[in-house]
Amino acid sequence: MEIGVCVKRVPQVGGRIVVTPDGQDVDTRMSGFAISPHEECAVEEAVQITERLGGRVSVITLGPPEAAEQLRDALALGAHRAVLLDSGGQEWGPAATAAAIAGQARGQAEAGQGYDLLLMGNEAADTGDYQVGVRVAHALGWPCVTGIKHLEIDSGQARARRDNPAGAETFQVTLPAVISVKEGINLPRYPSLPGRLRAKRAAIERSQPQWQPEGLRKQALRVPEETHQQATVLGTGAGAVPALVALLDELGVLK
Amino acid sequence: MSVLCLVELDAAGPTDGSLRALTFARELAGPVTGGPALIAVLFAAANRADAAQLGRYGVTEAYVIEPEALDGYAPQAWARTLQGLASLVLAGAVVAAGTDRGHEVLAHLGALTGQPMAANCLSARPAADGTIAVARQRWAGLLIEDAVLSGSPALLSVATDALPPAEVDAPAGVDPPAVHVHEPDLAPADLAVRAEISAGADGGVSLASARVVVGGGRGVGGPDGFAPLEELASLLGGVVGVSRVVTSQGWRPHTQQVGQTGTKITPELYLACGISGAIQHMAGCASAKHIVAVNTDPGAPILARADYAVIGDLSEVIPALVAALKERG
Repeated sequence: MEIGVCVKRVPQVGGRIVVTPDGQDVDTRMSGFAISPHEECAVEEAVQITERLGGRVSVITLGPPEAAEQLRDALALGAHRAVLLDSGGQEWGPAATAAAIAGQARGQAEAGQGYDLLLMGNEAADTGDYQVGVRVAHALGWPCVTGIKHLEIDSGQARARRDNPAGAETFQVTLPAVISVKEGINLPRYPSLPGRLRAKRAAIERSQPQWQPEGLRKQALRVPEETHQQATVLGTGAGAVPALVALLDELGVLK
Repeated sequence: MSVLCLVELDAAGPTDGSLRALTFARELAGPVTGGPALIAVLFAAANRADAAQLGRYGVTEAYVIEPEALDGYAPQAWARTLQGLASLVLAGAVVAAGTDRGHEVLAHLGALTGQPMAANCLSARPAADGTIAVARQRWAGLLIEDAVLSGSPALLSVATDALPPAEVDAPAGVDPPAVHVHEPDLAPADLAVRAEISAGADGGVSLASARVVVGGGRGVGGPDGFAPLEELASLLGGVVGVSRVVTSQGWRPHTQQVGQTGTKITPELYLACGISGAIQHMAGCASAKHIVAVNTDPGAPILARADYAVIGDLSEVIPALVAALKERG
């Protein structure tokens, strides 16, 4: 199995998000960076599949040179190979991102090492565009399923399941395919020390795809208005229980 | 502008998310000046009455794709059908709810037509130059992007908490929409991916729709600390929800996670115990009507978002609360 996994470097935001003064970006001077949560699970899923069936996991990112850090995180989790598509300082939208990933996958096929499976996150934690995987699949002429929480791979077929409010939806697709997953499909492992050391030394393949403009153009980012007051403290410890019971009664949630 | 809106159905009829999407699409379409303005598309509608009742939401025309033409859910086939209908009615925009299916179908439509798509929109206003000014959610709603969407048709999904569903204000009553049965023109490849639907595994109260959610975070201390929270939830007719640290430690299954990468909840009461209140968690509980925090740290970020707080150790407060509720009977 040749598996490609797409990951994105996103800011690690904690207590609140701050926008830069020009309103164009999230202020990351005080934050670290990480792989989007769904994509961390995509890496784990790919590694588990190759542990079972053999093969190789290539982790791919489109981002600045610093995104090599996230590629090394994925290598430390067990990915075998890393590819950095240099974003050249531009902000890439979903259509351009999909074209760059599809281009990488085509190059891979031309080199005789085409992917059997491309795994992605359902949506990036930051931009939340919900479409890159589907656009990649169309560009390659592959089937696509999104939002997957359970995946089985067997003899060139994928059986993929996701939850919906009424129950579950299961899809059977023929590989090669694009499958986007959600957190919860697995519990990503912690990187091992040998894994970290291997990742630190690993070579990263680099290329610079062609940027293209999007039909959705960002004007500005803003934080939603916060109208909330600090909480009213009912009391301390178990002594607050009578006040808490009275409140629950008032809110009408006691049966 | 004519706007095409995908209406998802469940056993009870059009889904809440779709009624919100219709409300959003009606505002985008603007006042009706002759000709259809808001056109609903319903797949596998066994009950044609679902389409007829949409007049209350301002739908002027409805296309029903009957099960004989396209059975069940097939994302690309649904997108192909919307593509055909958008050309037929000269739609300026296609709108869907910001759900798994809504996003997936619109993404396919974007890929089929080469058009851009704006996900999780909060508002949309047509501009004189034919573009649409949108505000949309990033970071699961923690950040708003103001953007300009071009595209013909423009593709927009509507954040499920963007606006409440609203019927049209028509004291004299509304005309039911003209309902057409439509047979889409599909290629075999459009049907290569289709869903087998199976019923939910458990019949319990779901986290997304629970009236009371008792939340547990890092402060619960480990997998063994959840019994009092479970007991409290069951006394209140609610369910337990947890923060991301709890699922990433493997203390509880991911299906119980509240937050950006878990479930968005909408209860009357969210009782958040031992949860510090990282913004990714707050993105999942912002629609709770009342938040009560139980936390040892009076400086925890959740106290700036909660309505009420008890400062104290949850392992002391929750059993005492359970005992008090039991005594009350």
